[in-house]
Amino acid sequence: MSALADPTAAREHARAMAGTVVEAMPILPPRADDLPAGVTGEDLLWEETIAAGGYASRALPRGSRLRLIDLRGDACASLLVFNAAMPTERLNIADTVKVQWDAYPAAGSLLLSDMGRVLVSFEQDDAATHDAFCGASNAASNSVHYGDGSNSGSHPNARDRLLLGAAKHGLSRRDVHPCINLFKGVRIGADGSVIPNLGPFAPGRSLILRAEMDVILVIANCPHVVDPRPWSVTPLRATAWRGPITAESDPIRTATPERLRAFLNTEDLYR
Amino acid sequence: MEQTAHLDGLPGRVIHDEMVPARAPWLHRVKAGETLRVVDVEGNQAVDFLLYATADDAERFSAQDTIAAQANIFLRTGSTLLSNEGRPMMTIVATSVDYHDMIGGACSCESNSLRYGHHTKSQHACVDNFLEANLRDGRGKRDIVSNVNFFMNVPVEADGTLGIVDGISAPGLTVDLRAEMDVTVVVSNCPQINNPCNGFNPTPVRMIVAA
Repeated sequence: MSALADPTAAREHARAMAGTVVEAMPILPPRADDLPAGVTGEDLLWEETIAAGGYASRALPRGSRLRLIDLRGDACASLLVFNAAMPTERLNIADTVKVQWDAYPAAGSLLLSDMGRVLVSFEQDDAATHDAFCGASNAASNSVHYGDGSNSGSHPNARDRLLLGAAKHGLSRRDVHPCINLFKGVRIGADGSVIPNLGPFAPGRSLILRAEMDVILVIANCPHVVDPRPWSVTPLRATAWRGPITAESDPIRTATPERLRAFLNTEDLYR
Repeated sequence: MEQTAHLDGLPGRVIHDEMVPARAPWLHRVKAGETLRVVDVEGNQAVDFLLYATADDAERFSAQDTIAAQANIFLRTGSTLLSNEGRPMMTIVATSVDYHDMIGGACSCESNSLRYGHHTKSQHACVDNFLEANLRDGRGKRDIVSNVNFFMNVPVEADGTLGIVDGISAPGLTVDLRAEMDVTVVVSNCPQINNPCNGFNPTPVRMIVAA
């Protein structure tokens, strides 16, 4: 018989867990000892390590920065982005590559919405291996590869993780839109072939995203959909802090005529 | 125009045959086993194309799933268009064009403002066509995802530069799609006039269903 036969004992048992520390968990209030110069603990919005196979979703205000760190070199952050005020506006991956005339997002790139606005920009990027083409794994693809892809199993798929994260902001199956995979890269061959570059990479590569609108971000950290290895994914660290709204003279804003007009459209929304 | 030539090689009996005017939307349900032929009547006319599972339209064409599964961004004969849940929706059983696009997406008034300038705001655009067709069928903006562009050419250069360039289609070329499930086909006969996807001149396309 368990020693937890009465509520008092059950309460003591539950409360005795307080203070447990594991690798993949949120830190509340957020705390980080490796913030960039000029950023203080007062500015912190979010500090969480997302489990291998896990997910997270978060609303972040315009101007905030999100630093993602691939802690052990094998994270794959499948990312959805929504306008928090009107989530029918969301990342449009086709417009993102077409408008910028560039298949490979990297430092200075924008993630564009389907309303011609910039949701997020890549303020810093020392990874430069990202993927706008292959999207999220799903129950069917994980079933083929791992024998199972369910959320409740050992090999959860990215689409169902994104669906859970989106659902926590009131969104549903119609809202899990084409995503971008961060930290795992692909290149496109002359014949259209997809050439994956999936690592594992050096530990600690990082990316700083700047929210150009009030956004909802949903992140799944599951193996890349075309990763041929046995289940391989490692934890992903997310740290966000408040920051200034992009200035008119910002070099990313003014880099190309298309990017400038995306910022003009965004600024028009907040006028 | 050689109307009958467009029917050559179609399996079975023609059950639907419709000319979609230049710049217009089109919605049609195709049942499992039927074949849809899209005819580029006058040549180099982009046909923006979305699919929904008729039984459950939250399941829809996914360019990303299709690209990942075939490890290639182009659609060719033999390509299977997959849904966002990884199921086959339609298979390209034949096409007389080398390849079709899955990465260029649909033009919109909003993306036109980025690509060409705000002076294009009042021009026709594919997303408006997708919206018009979908709204009448109970769907809305969040149901619009990355689409196929039949007869459109979007190469990716070695340095990552990509763009819509001169077409590789020609008058009378076709693509035949066999439905693997009951699907709702939503098309925008692309009205774009600012890039070569329609040869700067939108033209009609013909939609033929055989069973």
